[in-house]
Amino acid sequence: MLNRELKKHVLNALQQGLRYDNRGMDEYREITVEMGISKNAEGSARVKIGGTEVLAGVKMAVEKPYPDRPNDGMLMVNVELTPLSSPDFESGPPRDDAIEIARVTDRGIRESKAIDLTKLNLVPGEKSWSVMIDLVSINDEGNLLDASALAAMAAIINTRMPGLTDKQTVDYKTHTNNKLPLNDFPVAITVFRIGDKLIVDPLLDEIEAMDARLTITSMEDGTICAMQKGGEGSFSLEQIEEMLNIAQRKAAELRSKVKR
Amino acid sequence: MTFNRPDGREFDEMRPIEAKAGIIARADGSGYFKIGDTIALAAVYGPRDLYPKFMQDPTKGVLRVKYNMMPFSGSGDRVRPGASRRSREISFVTERALLSAVNLEDFPNAVVDVFIELPQTDAGTRCAGICAASIALADAGISMKDMVAAVSCGKVGDTLLVDLSYAEEAVEDLPVADMPVSFLPRSGKAVLLQMDGQITKDEILRALEMGKEACEKIYDIQKNALKEKFLKGEQDA
Repeated sequence: MLNRELKKHVLNALQQGLRYDNRGMDEYREITVEMGISKNAEGSARVKIGGTEVLAGVKMAVEKPYPDRPNDGMLMVNVELTPLSSPDFESGPPRDDAIEIARVTDRGIRESKAIDLTKLNLVPGEKSWSVMIDLVSINDEGNLLDASALAAMAAIINTRMPGLTDKQTVDYKTHTNNKLPLNDFPVAITVFRIGDKLIVDPLLDEIEAMDARLTITSMEDGTICAMQKGGEGSFSLEQIEEMLNIAQRKAAELRSKVKR
Repeated sequence: MTFNRPDGREFDEMRPIEAKAGIIARADGSGYFKIGDTIALAAVYGPRDLYPKFMQDPTKGVLRVKYNMMPFSGSGDRVRPGASRRSREISFVTERALLSAVNLEDFPNAVVDVFIELPQTDAGTRCAGICAASIALADAGISMKDMVAAVSCGKVGDTLLVDLSYAEEAVEDLPVADMPVSFLPRSGKAVLLQMDGQITKDEILRALEMGKEACEKIYDIQKNALKEKFLKGEQDA
């Protein structure tokens, strides 16, 4: 009931071209990206989109490669939606929303081959670098997914590989100047449908009022490398086309916020 | 033989401290406490309804504390997410330390949740967490008898120190004792006391005096952080 009234209110405003904070339909809140915010991590970053804040950290380790990919490095993305960041989050194992953000972020990085995993093998079948990316929410005021995906890439770009010992194990005390081998910079843009309106970077009330959403991850040349539909509603084909256009356009804008 | 501190500090000198109140907008109260390279964030939610209902106490409220190191925050290996034996112990000793200051009887049947997260660590994390949590509780307007300040004390070789860094805790060729302490600064009572290592009775008493003095300095920094936020709030209004 409450949700229905809220939705009517948000939709009425959108019909008149209005959002609570007076933004355009395809306009993001202010985005800031800060690199190197945690000195023990091999790479780290803080992303703020409006009031939403996410920290990302990269840790690296040497591990046995997967049997079906004996010559590749490994990639792992984990998301913690901490109870620190919202009254709606609880302690305990990750819930579906955290798993979805982690998997969509992972897919964007993996499918774009943003990190060249083929260059992260040390001993075929025995030793490869494992890149572990952890995303931690600090304050949730909407759009954690786009913020997380951007923070992950910023932390990856910020990463400097640790040294190795003679036995090819990690020597965390030595730091090299070597960056991760990078091929691309995928950016996830989530477009929300509320009634017949399409918006990006929703506030919490707009998320409450949404019918459906589509996350589209684009590479630097515009190729789409991951998608994820969410919400209970549906899209027309025309809406999907419009969403793809918005995502490609906005991806370039978000990418430009990260210094490389 | 005297131990010279690797960063050139005096034996009773803490690392540089930075404190802020009100850093997490969604929380009812929040605090930031940085000492050297250790950073603690704390958020307070509540008083809010406590479930399951059988946990409710009509005579007083409940304080719950969760301490957590972010997976990338430690030197060396990634810290696996989720509670460990270590983080659970630190959570409950922190809870006991804060409990002494919080007026539980002012929120019967309800719970106040304190979440402590560490994005970067260099020893002294439980103490930094307590300092941040105390700022967050005050920022949330939770009724309290006193603030809570904490600092690690200890001994390297024969030298008593306050606020040991990781480099000092990890000294290998000298015996090290590590003793985190927490005080209610106004009443001067100790509310957290742990120790590992080997130390004499006399040294404990001297280290406690040093810790108490350091906590009084921390108390001033905590108060300033809160004043800064609320003065700024008045200017903005």
